[in-house]
Amino acid sequence: MKPILEVKNVVKQYGDYTALNSVSLSVPQGSIYGLLGPNGAGKTSLIRIINQITMPDGGEVLLDGEKLGPQHIKEIGYMPEERGLYKSMKVGEQALYLAQLKGLTKKEAKEQLDYWFNKLDIQGWWDKKIQELSKGMAQKIQFVVTVLHRPKLLILDEPFSGFDPVNANLIKDEIMELKDKGTTIIFSTHRMESVEDMCDHIALIHQSNKLIEGPLNEVKKQYRTNTFEVGIAPTNFQHLLADISTRYQTTQANFKTLDDELKLQVALPQGTPPRELLSYLMDKGDVTYFVEKIPSVNDIFIETVSQKK
Amino acid sequence: MSLSLIIKREFNAKVRNKSFIVMTFLSPILFVAMAALVGYLANVSGEEADKLALYDPTGVFANDFKSDKEIQYTDLSKMPLEKAKKVAAEKYEGLIYVPTVSDPKELVNKVEYISNDSPSAELVTKIEEVVNDNLTRKNLEKANIDYKAIDAAKTKADIRLSKFSGEKSFKWFNYIKVFIGFGFGYLIMMFIIIYGNMVMRSVIEEKTNRIIEIIISSVKPFKLMMGKIIGTSMAGILQFLIWAVLGGILLTIAMGFFGLEMGATSAISSNMVADGQSSIGEYQTYINEILTLPWAIMLISFLIFFIGGFFLYSSIYASIGAAVDSETDSQQFLLPIILPLMLGVYVGFFTVINDPHGTVATVFSMIPLTSPIVMMMRLPFGVPIWQIALSMAILFITFFGVVWFAAKIYRIGILMYGKKPTYKEIFKWLRY
Repeated sequence: MKPILEVKNVVKQYGDYTALNSVSLSVPQGSIYGLLGPNGAGKTSLIRIINQITMPDGGEVLLDGEKLGPQHIKEIGYMPEERGLYKSMKVGEQALYLAQLKGLTKKEAKEQLDYWFNKLDIQGWWDKKIQELSKGMAQKIQFVVTVLHRPKLLILDEPFSGFDPVNANLIKDEIMELKDKGTTIIFSTHRMESVEDMCDHIALIHQSNKLIEGPLNEVKKQYRTNTFEVGIAPTNFQHLLADISTRYQTTQANFKTLDDELKLQVALPQGTPPRELLSYLMDKGDVTYFVEKIPSVNDIFIETVSQKK
Repeated sequence: MSLSLIIKREFNAKVRNKSFIVMTFLSPILFVAMAALVGYLANVSGEEADKLALYDPTGVFANDFKSDKEIQYTDLSKMPLEKAKKVAAEKYEGLIYVPTVSDPKELVNKVEYISNDSPSAELVTKIEEVVNDNLTRKNLEKANIDYKAIDAAKTKADIRLSKFSGEKSFKWFNYIKVFIGFGFGYLIMMFIIIYGNMVMRSVIEEKTNRIIEIIISSVKPFKLMMGKIIGTSMAGILQFLIWAVLGGILLTIAMGFFGLEMGATSAISSNMVADGQSSIGEYQTYINEILTLPWAIMLISFLIFFIGGFFLYSSIYASIGAAVDSETDSQQFLLPIILPLMLGVYVGFFTVINDPHGTVATVFSMIPLTSPIVMMMRLPFGVPIWQIALSMAILFITFFGVVWFAAKIYRIGILMYGKKPTYKEIFKWLRY
């Protein structure tokens, strides 16, 4: 996949503070890309540079291979973390205004609005003011104005913060649909578990530096520890417990099953195939659960950061 | 393209606002009502005569303190002094106490005015005049000089004013010029404060609504700021035009109703100014004189100085709005804006009236922060075109300089949330 967005050695400084320290990223076309990191890591600074809100102090950003310029504004849809709408302006008027600012003609904007209002079943809201809408309703409008101009690249900063679960799911579905139509989506969030299941690529940013980047599967493979969670109803409980701890490194596991079997987390030495553990266990009783423990992005992040220290 | 969109939105947001509509149509009425009220109250207070008591047992001034419309004198000289004081304190505003002296000359600094409340300067002057007249007359009599002849010989000069170009003028006319110039200057100050505040509030609104980041991902902050300023100033100009039209209509109606009375008023003042002319003729001359003022220059200059002054100040207002999180935080930054505006009004009022082309007035009509106000006050007196042009040029050059700084503060400020900025911090933003 060729990258739609390339960030090359971008540096951003505020006075003496370095917000981005030579950060490079490559966002593949059509991917859902998770830009992850704790608060203050530099995510928002980077996103603002991609949106041309601020200029980098060094490095460059390419969109579709071209150096970022005013002509790219309409290619990008951006929902900032700090977001809102004019409270006393009518929904339709406001959406038209924002779409026209993005470079759509009034006619195009109207067509798109009709499409989205129909899709989300909110046609009746056109003449309502934002202050008359509930928070959930306003969130829908917020999403519509972000995607109204059919951007190639959609950047969502903390997309689900402030959204209620119903709307969050609705928006998730719409996002997946946009992805299927070819839109590239960047999620920026510090709540890594919230987008883990949606992303196919991730980058971790910490203290102004990029630590990890790559396809989610590969990153996870890199950090897998050959650890398995097993559930077994042993024929001889005490014997198994004593025996297995002499062979492998085990700890108490914590997962849910229907019966009250023995739950263990078993770390195999590097290179040991999992079937060896499985056949050993099968001799000892009925295996009810056998899953590789895949590190979550959060685990990976914590490990990487502690390694750095 | 996007600039005109922003201008349109800002203009619509202001003009459709209920308070704008109310302000536009109600304030001329309120203004007229207030003027009428002030006039009425002034008349009411003027009708009641001051009641003063006189204690002059030797009767030196017996024939001098004559009651008239403004002051009523009551002679208490027959009572003992202590009683007279008591009565005066209870029933009168004050007591003029003339002590008994051997030589009336000594009275020159012995007459007392006793009262509970301090008297007005006007009243004291009046009493002094009576005392002076009386004593002077006595002195003249003593020297065997006919004071009636002296009175008859006294003249009252009335200097006729005219220009080398031949036009005639009146000295009272200078006050009308000051009044008109002051009106324009004051209007500019009010517009800057009211509409500058609107710009600031609109910036704060976008910040607190959190829509700002969405907008500046589509347009440059500078464009947004300029669109805001231009859109708001257009709403201001619209309001001004409506006021001008409404004012014209109200004035015409008022002239129709009070035409005669106004003629009568000017007749009174004309007695002080010049005699021999009929009141209607005098009134006509005033109207003609007002019409000969450089109205074209004044109106065009008003527009240009309004736009220049408003742009200059409102870009500062915009950057303040960007720097703060709420209107309450803006107070500390607003003082430096209000000060030069007030300075302009006061300098204009105190110097232009005395010497419209003096150094102070000229300099302040060049300094960009005060020039829109002071120059407008000077204009009715006729200012050389090169001075007007220079003042405008300085104003607009300063505007471009200030807007550059303001835009920097604005650009950074709008993305700063939850911080109360200090001057020091804002200064740091200029270097980002």
